Amino acid sequence: MTPEEQIAELMRELPAPPVGWIEAAKELPTVRRELDTILERIERDERFRELVVADLEATLRAEGVEPTPVVVAHLRRHIAP
Amino acid sequence: MDAASDAELVARCRAGDQAAWEALVDRYSRYVHAIVSRVYHLESHDAEDAFQDVFTRVFERLDTLRDGSALRPWIAQTARNCAVDALRRSGREVPVGEVPDAPDEGLARLDEAMTVHAALDRLSPDCHEILDRFFCRDESYRTIGSELELPAGTIASRIARCLTRLRDALEPGRKQQATTSGEKVEERR
Repeated sequence: MTPEEQIAELMRELPAPPVGWIEAAKELPTVRRELDTILERIERDERFRELVVADLEATLRAEGVEPTPVVVAHLRRHIAP
Repeated sequence: MDAASDAELVARCRAGDQAAWEALVDRYSRYVHAIVSRVYHLESHDAEDAFQDVFTRVFERLDTLRDGSALRPWIAQTARNCAVDALRRSGREVPVGEVPDAPDEGLARLDEAMTVHAALDRLSPDCHEILDRFFCRDESYRTIGSELELPAGTIASRIARCLTRLRDALEPGRKQQATTSGEKVEERR
């Protein structure tokens, strides 16, 4: 195997993840503040937690938070049983 | 790609620099993805959860990293922990063949690959693009030619030339030698 072929093999070891995964990770600092507020409320307000579990997107909108895919995905991970 | 060192990126992230965080994610997304999906064989949904958990933990715990230059091994360990957590959460019986019997070996290989990607980032944008498309995204000559508006007949030679530059970037001072790399890149049409 030539050095170039070895290098090519190593490049193939690291395929890119889906773009959406990367974008979600990049948005983490931006959404973190909103998430912290919502998570804190979920912890102390059982009724709010039930609403979030029942209809996450609608509850977020009612709270004035845009339920972007990133926010929804992060919250779903936190409230998953 | 941000050319800053890991230590510089960490310092900027700690200061709340969003661009630095995005550069960190760009630099390590392939590495984390490879650990959770190739070393620990997590399937798509579990792999995505583990991937996001890794970056969440990195973001939340960056202040605990004493030496910013140790970012890569710290991320590797975080990814291993998240992958194991994901396997446990999935609650499924993990076939023997899926258990990483030598994760350190797999990680060593990924570390080598990261070194190659770091050198790739130092090449010209044109070389970076064509090598990434061909080797990492597995695109055909036709797709590359169409996307980059290049005649298909020039793509093999350009890939070979860029591979030589990448090799030289990995081994500074190495004398140019005649290569047979063209044989390899001729395989996919």
